[in-house]
Amino acid sequence: MGLFVFVCAAAMVLVGAVGVVTRNNPVHAALSLVLTLFGIAVLFVANNAHFLAAVQVIVYAGAIVVLFLFVIMLLGVDQAEDLSLEPLTVQRPLALVVSIGVTGVIIAAVLKSQDALFARGTGIDSATLQDADANIRQLSRSIFTDYVFAFEVTSVLLLIAVVGTVVMSRRQHGQHVEESV
Amino acid sequence: MSEFLRSYLVVVWFGLAAFLVGSLLLGISALLRPNNPTSEKLLSYESGVDPVGDGWSQSQIRYYVFALLFVIFDVEAVFIFPWATQLERYGGFGLVEMAVFVAVLVLGLVYAWRKGVLRWV
Amino acid sequence: MMYNFAIDPLLTGKVLWTPLLIVLLKVVVVFAVGLVATMLMVWFERKVIAGMQNRIGPNKAGPFGILQTLADGIKLFFKEDLIPERSDRFVFKLAPYLAFVPAFLTFAIIPLGGDFRGDNDGLVTWFGQQTRVQLADPPIGILFALAISSIAIYGIMLAGWSSGSKYPLLGSVRASAQMVSYEAALGLSVAAVVLVSGTLSTSGIVARQSSLGNWNVIVTGIVPFFIFMIAATAELNRPPFDLVEAEQELVGGFNTEYASLRFALFYLAEFMNTVTMSALIVTLFFGGPQPISVGSLTVDIPIIGNAFEGTIWLLLKVLVFLYIYVWFRATLPRFRYDQLMDLGWKVLIPASLGWFILLAAQRVGQDAGWDRYVVTIATVLILLVCYSLLALAQRTSENERKRDGVMF
Repeated sequence: MGLFVFVCAAAMVLVGAVGVVTRNNPVHAALSLVLTLFGIAVLFVANNAHFLAAVQVIVYAGAIVVLFLFVIMLLGVDQAEDLSLEPLTVQRPLALVVSIGVTGVIIAAVLKSQDALFARGTGIDSATLQDADANIRQLSRSIFTDYVFAFEVTSVLLLIAVVGTVVMSRRQHGQHVEESV
Repeated sequence: MSEFLRSYLVVVWFGLAAFLVGSLLLGISALLRPNNPTSEKLLSYESGVDPVGDGWSQSQIRYYVFALLFVIFDVEAVFIFPWATQLERYGGFGLVEMAVFVAVLVLGLVYAWRKGVLRWV
Repeated sequence: MMYNFAIDPLLTGKVLWTPLLIVLLKVVVVFAVGLVATMLMVWFERKVIAGMQNRIGPNKAGPFGILQTLADGIKLFFKEDLIPERSDRFVFKLAPYLAFVPAFLTFAIIPLGGDFRGDNDGLVTWFGQQTRVQLADPPIGILFALAISSIAIYGIMLAGWSSGSKYPLLGSVRASAQMVSYEAALGLSVAAVVLVSGTLSTSGIVARQSSLGNWNVIVTGIVPFFIFMIAATAELNRPPFDLVEAEQELVGGFNTEYASLRFALFYLAEFMNTVTMSALIVTLFFGGPQPISVGSLTVDIPIIGNAFEGTIWLLLKVLVFLYIYVWFRATLPRFRYDQLMDLGWKVLIPASLGWFILLAAQRVGQDAGWDRYVVTIATVLILLVCYSLLALAQRTSENERKRDGVMF
C-alpha cells in the first residue's frame, strides 16, 4: 500500500521534473513544476506530515509558481524560445560541468550513507502520541525551542525580499515606461 | 495504512469523480454537437474587428510586486498556524516571538507602502 | 497490490464492505448534493435578483422556473465548441478542469451534518459504523480548503493565458492578482479562528461552537468574520469584486474565448465556489451544523433525528449567506481596480494582522493570569503605534507622488 502511493507520487515528481527541463514553453514548464510539487505533497502525506503537505501546496504551488507565472507574463516570453541563439556562450559547457558535478556529489552521498537509507528514522512521532495534531505540535516545538533564532531570521530574509523588489520595480524619477496590459 | 491517509484517499476518489463527470459531459457533448469550424470562427475575439498584433502581451511589473508580497504574507500565515493551535503552550514567550516576527514583516509592508509601490496608478 | 485496487478503493488490504459502502454512498451523495445545490443556486440568484429589480425572472422551465439552469445546460450541450486558432490547445483544454475539480474538492472537508450535541462530537452511526457526515476529516482540514482555493487561481489564470487573445489575458492577470491579494487576508482571518479553536480540523472547529455565545463570530470579535467575508467575496470574483468580467472593459473576462460545455464548466465552478464558500463561512464562524442554542435552551426541530437536523441547520445558515451574496450583487457597484488593491493591502491585511495579535495577547494573558485591562491597553497602544507608522507611510507616499508624479 505504502509502496503504491510512493510509486505514484514518485512518478508524478519525475514526470514533472522532466517536463520542467524539456518543455520549450515556459508556462508548460511551470505547470510541470506544479505537478512535481504536488507529488512531493503526496509524499509528505504518506509520511504522516499533513501540515507540511498543506504548506507545500499553499506556499509552493499556490504562491511561488503563481509568482513564476507572473514573471513569465511580465517578460512576455510565451512563444518557444529560439534555442539556436546563445546569449552566453560559456553557458552550455558550464551547465554540463555543473550537472556532472552535482550528479557525482549525489551519488557519493548515497553511497556514503547507504546504511542510513535502510534505518528507520524517528520522524514524526504520531504513533506514540496517537493524535491528529502531533505533527503540528512537534513542528511548533521545533520552531519555538531549537530554531527560534532561525525563525526570527526568516522574517528578516522576507523583509529583504520585499526591499529588493521595491527597489527593483521602482524607476528613476521622470522615466516613464510605455504601459501595457 | 493509517486512518488519516484513508481520508485523503476518499478525497482523491472524489476529485477523480469530478474529473470523470467533467470529461464525460465533454465527451458526450462532443458526439452530439455540430462541428464545422471556419477560419472566421477560430479568430480571437476582438469586438468584431480582426485581431491586431499578438494575443500575448507583456504585463506590468506591478503584478509581480503584489505576487511577491503575497508570497511573503503566505509564508507568514504558514508560520502563524502551528503557533495558533499551540498558543497556551508557549505563553508569553511565544507571543513576543510571534509579535517580533509579524512586526518585521509589517515593516516590509510599511516600506513598500511608503515607497508607493502599493498604489495602483 | 495493484490487482485489488479496483475493488478496494480504501486500500485496506482486505475488502470491508460496510466502510466501503459508506464511503461510496458519501462520495455519490456529496457529489450529487454539490451539483444540485449549484444548479439551484444559479436559479436562486436569478430569481432573487429579479425580485430585487422588479422583474419576474426565470418562470418558464418547470415550476417557478426552477429547471432553468438545466435548460441552459442542455442548450450549451448542443452548442458548437470552438478552440481559437491562436490558443495553446493543451492548456486551453486543461483549464476548465482546473476550475471545476477544485470547486468540488473543497466540499469534501465541510461538515455537512451530524450530531454535535452533548459528547457526540459529530459522530453518527450508520450501518453499525461510526462515521462523520463529512467526506473526509483530515487533521489539517481548514488548510486543505486554503490550499484548494490557491489552486483555483490556476484555472482562471491559465484559461485567460491559453486563449491567446487580449481581453481574456487582461482579465485573467487581473483576476489572479486580485485573488492572490485577498488570499493573504483570507488566511490571516482564518488564523484568528484557529487561535480560538486550537485545532485545524473542520469538525473540531464546529464542535467548539456549541452555543450561540461560543460561535466563533462572537468569540473572535466579529472583525475576522467581516474580513473573511470580504476576502471570500473577492476570492470568488463576485460583485462588487467582479473586475474579472467587467463587461464594459473586458467583454467576458478570462472566459471570453470559451464556448459550449467548457464555458459551462467555468460557470458551474463559479457558482459551486459560492456555495462552498458560504458553507465555509458557516463552518468557521456560525457553528456549521450546530443548532442555535442560548445557554441551556436549544432550538430543536422535533421528529427529525439529530444528525439530519444538523444538515437542515447547515442548509438554513448557508441560505442566509447565499442570499447576502445575491444582495451584494444587486446593491453594490463594482470596485475600481486601485480601490480593490487598496482595500486588500492597506486595510484588510493590516487589520487582520492587528486583530490577530490583539486576540492572541488576550488569550495568552488570560492563561497567564495577567490583568485583562493592562493587556488590552498595552496591545491597543502597540497597535496604535503600528497604525500611526502606516499612516505616516501613506502620508510620505502621497507627498512623494505629489512632488514627482507617477513613479512606475
